Amino acid sequence: MSKRETDEVTGVETTGHEWDGIRELDNPLPRWWLYVFYAGIVVAIVYWVLMPAWPGVSGYTKGVLGQSDRADVVRELQGLKELRGAQAAKLQKASLEEIEADPELQAYAQAIGQSVFGDNCATCHGTGGVGTKGYANLRDDVWLWGGSLSDIHRTIEVGIRSDHPDTRFSQMPAFGRDQMLTAAEIGDLTEYVVALSRRKADAAAVTRAAPIYEAQCASCHGPAGLGDQTKGAPNLTDQEWLYGSSRADIRGQIWAGKGGVMPSWKNRFDPETLKALAVYIHANAGGQ
Amino acid sequence: MWKHHTKLERNSLPLVIAILIVVSIGGIVEIAPLFYLESTIEKVEGVRPYTPLELEGRDIYIREGCYTCHSQMIRPLRDEVERYGHYSLAAESMYDHPFQWGSKRTGPDLARVGGKYSDGWHTDHLIDPRSVVPESVMPPYAFLAKKTLDYRAIEDKIRAMTRVGVPYTQDMIDNAKEDLETQADPFAAPTKFQNRYGGKVLQRDFDGDPDRLTEMDALVAYLQMLGTLVDFSTYQAEAPENRR
Repeated sequence: MSKRETDEVTGVETTGHEWDGIRELDNPLPRWWLYVFYAGIVVAIVYWVLMPAWPGVSGYTKGVLGQSDRADVVRELQGLKELRGAQAAKLQKASLEEIEADPELQAYAQAIGQSVFGDNCATCHGTGGVGTKGYANLRDDVWLWGGSLSDIHRTIEVGIRSDHPDTRFSQMPAFGRDQMLTAAEIGDLTEYVVALSRRKADAAAVTRAAPIYEAQCASCHGPAGLGDQTKGAPNLTDQEWLYGSSRADIRGQIWAGKGGVMPSWKNRFDPETLKALAVYIHANAGGQ
Repeated sequence: MWKHHTKLERNSLPLVIAILIVVSIGGIVEIAPLFYLESTIEKVEGVRPYTPLELEGRDIYIREGCYTCHSQMIRPLRDEVERYGHYSLAAESMYDHPFQWGSKRTGPDLARVGGKYSDGWHTDHLIDPRSVVPESVMPPYAFLAKKTLDYRAIEDKIRAMTRVGVPYTQDMIDNAKEDLETQADPFAAPTKFQNRYGGKVLQRDFDGDPDRLTEMDALVAYLQMLGTLVDFSTYQAEAPENRR
């Protein structure tokens, strides 16, 4: 069947296979290819010796270099710590006010704060902290739980309605859902809140709602609607609204008393990072 | 010896058998030891089988193909550890069948997303990702909040998990439905549920709709648990047996 013969044109031996008169030349593999192939085999064997490679019955060959990804990452993180060393140590010792007073340290804290904010906080508070409905804007000068450096630091540390034992906590009643007020009363109250924020409102409804506001709302939001940062009660006289400024939004909030949750970040960040984040947020907002 | 390969090449059945033998040697050497090598799984405190609600959430996670865009595997690299937290341990997915490590990150890694954001954020984000993250390319999963969770098969699901080695007890199987309802109800008595799954287990209304038990409840319960089980205060990352 197979008959090896020499091809007349090229002078190369054929494989001896023939398909419908077509024959295949038996050219050897290119030398460079063969040598790379053999070198590959040698490299593999050397690799087995140097690096972790073969699984066994109760463990695996660790390789003479003792390479470990997990040890490497620990070393790299250590290197990062050393790189940040002097500044980080300063950050650790300095109080929040001292960081803000020292321009160099503040710049360092801001750089750290910005990167950590982008990774962790921007997801809810938006890129740069502009916020969205239900998630507070951190760029303005309106604060629910206080805008001083220590207030911000505290909020990041313990969270709001979080699982931290000292979390900031308050709960607005669901006046509508829990049937504390009638729909008509909530309608009047909505007008009252609209009037508080210096917008045009139905005067008759505002008059009707005044005693209700006094009895139900004033204890947290204050008699003049200026809010109370110790309770996270928003100021109702400004133009900043966490859950929207339209009448429907306000009515919905009185009805259901929504309160957002912010996790505690104490266990995710080391103390220096917490400080840096507070400084970053304070510096980029109309802080108090 | 090399001349004899024509015999194999000319007889298809022996050729198939020979191929199978050669390929299986490679497979056996590389894969088989992993099934019995105890040293691949670190000894850690805190990892427990998923609660029934979390298991349903994981099934939704798989059903919706979340793993095609989200990995659950923080690699031991500086950038990843800086961004996501401690690198993932084998022990953290030892009760995952199948594991959800993934290999594609269109979205961020989710291995430690538990507790990072609020339940409300997860719900808002799943209903309409762009309402909270304007630059997101994630598709919306609003129907999860409308769809009542069908957990009629939860006992069988848990039984199936025991078949592949997850240490659920008979007590857990018998009370699966009760535990599932307890976890999603902040007013239910937690004692028995906590006795079975530990005191750290989360119990609340996850989707902000207290009247119904939805698929959103299950998925958020699963997400809020991810990466929170291992007690890293007792884990010896530097110990020689934990080096890889």
